[in-house]
Amino acid sequence: MTQLMTEDGIRCDGRRVDELRDISLKVGVLKKANGSAYIEFGKNKIIAGVFGPRDVHPKHMANQDTGILRCRYHMSPFSVTERKNPAPSRREIEISKVIKEALQPAVILKDFPRTVIDVFVEVLQADGGSRCAALDAAAVALADAGIPMRDLVSACAAGKVADRIVLDVNNEEDQEGQADMPVALMPNVGKITLMQLDGILTPEEYKTCLHTAIGGCKRVYEIQRKALMEKYFQNGEQ
Amino acid sequence: MDVKRRYVIPGDVIATGPLRPEHNVYQDGDRIIATSVGISEIYENVVRVIPLTGTYVPKTNDLIIGKVIGTSPLSWEFDINSPFMGFLPAQDVFGRDYSPTKDELRQRLDIGDLVAARIANFDRSRDPLLTVQDRDLGKMESGQLVEISPSKVPRLIGKRGSMIQTIEMATKAMITIGQNGWIVISCEVPDGLLKAIEAIKMVDALAHTPNLTERVKSMLGVPAGEYNDTIND
Repeated sequence: MTQLMTEDGIRCDGRRVDELRDISLKVGVLKKANGSAYIEFGKNKIIAGVFGPRDVHPKHMANQDTGILRCRYHMSPFSVTERKNPAPSRREIEISKVIKEALQPAVILKDFPRTVIDVFVEVLQADGGSRCAALDAAAVALADAGIPMRDLVSACAAGKVADRIVLDVNNEEDQEGQADMPVALMPNVGKITLMQLDGILTPEEYKTCLHTAIGGCKRVYEIQRKALMEKYFQNGEQ
Repeated sequence: MDVKRRYVIPGDVIATGPLRPEHNVYQDGDRIIATSVGISEIYENVVRVIPLTGTYVPKTNDLIIGKVIGTSPLSWEFDINSPFMGFLPAQDVFGRDYSPTKDELRQRLDIGDLVAARIANFDRSRDPLLTVQDRDLGKMESGQLVEISPSKVPRLIGKRGSMIQTIEMATKAMITIGQNGWIVISCEVPDGLLKAIEAIKMVDALAHTPNLTERVKSMLGVPAGEYNDTIND
């Protein structure tokens, strides 16, 4: 087993406990999609494309009163060390569902009845915490597509590694750590849209973990905001 | 009255207080929050966001350009560059005594034809209903189709049509702008046509920048006028 944390609180990739990995986010990378974004979240490389509002196929899924949201999270065969079968796995189906449910409260679909908004998320390289990174990219892609939204959705994980609560769990810490808690937040509305927990935490640890994750989400939000501003207004705030 | 403008993204609080929310904003308690990327405006008591991205949502009375994609016995179906399909009833073209057995829809408008039409009715519960019963509406006989982002159409038209008039005068082209982002340009002179297309693409790319009319003028080689437009006229 690798050593996950040194005595003085430096993690296996050289970060401190409350430090995020490097994040870069680019908006509008796909020409044929209505909205798109590419995120590099540490070693994660994820591309998100949004299509729609458009006609629903199959037709029976359409809702006469509101638009619907569909989401597909997919990992490329080359995104992990061992070839991943490209067919949707149990894990990918679950993540598609949680991403959809995390985005649902943010998007306003009532103006587009009988239509669908499709969100495609493709993981090109995975390195732990890919659902959060995927969600960050998907939210920005939705804004880029001009879908009305109550707020952006920012996501970040926190966890417990070597008996300490850490922000933004990476792959090694996820595999060998004690807990992993992905959280998604609508930062201005102040509501959580995704909260999962894998592992065991005491009630106090749970509280600190959640607060750490929310702090991370807020920092991710600033990056999302900057990326959108850069695309649409070039030089940021006027 | 002074108009306050700001660049916003979804979730940004534009203002608090007793104001009326209009396009692309929603009210949460006394806060008014943007729902799309764009430029916020507070004008008198009204708050709205002019979006910089997004699809075309039909509005009654909009002039649009549609492309025939199919026919049914009683109507044409149009692609109007929107999530919804446009419907043009056969009676609108043939008159009251239209009969599916005697008249042939495709003789008037065939698949692939471009048509300037007006949205007669749209209430979100059914697809938008079109009409061609007005001056200058109907089949577009000639011209070049240019597509721009529908959210940038107001910018292309400009303040009381200033931008489009500038382009039309400088290139001697006839430009029909559909609110759905489809534009048909017809011009006798090939050079003018290319210039007009270039100018429209320029407006599409630089829609958020100030003094755009001046920039378009200098690109088209028109002497600078006395106008000084602002970010969103």
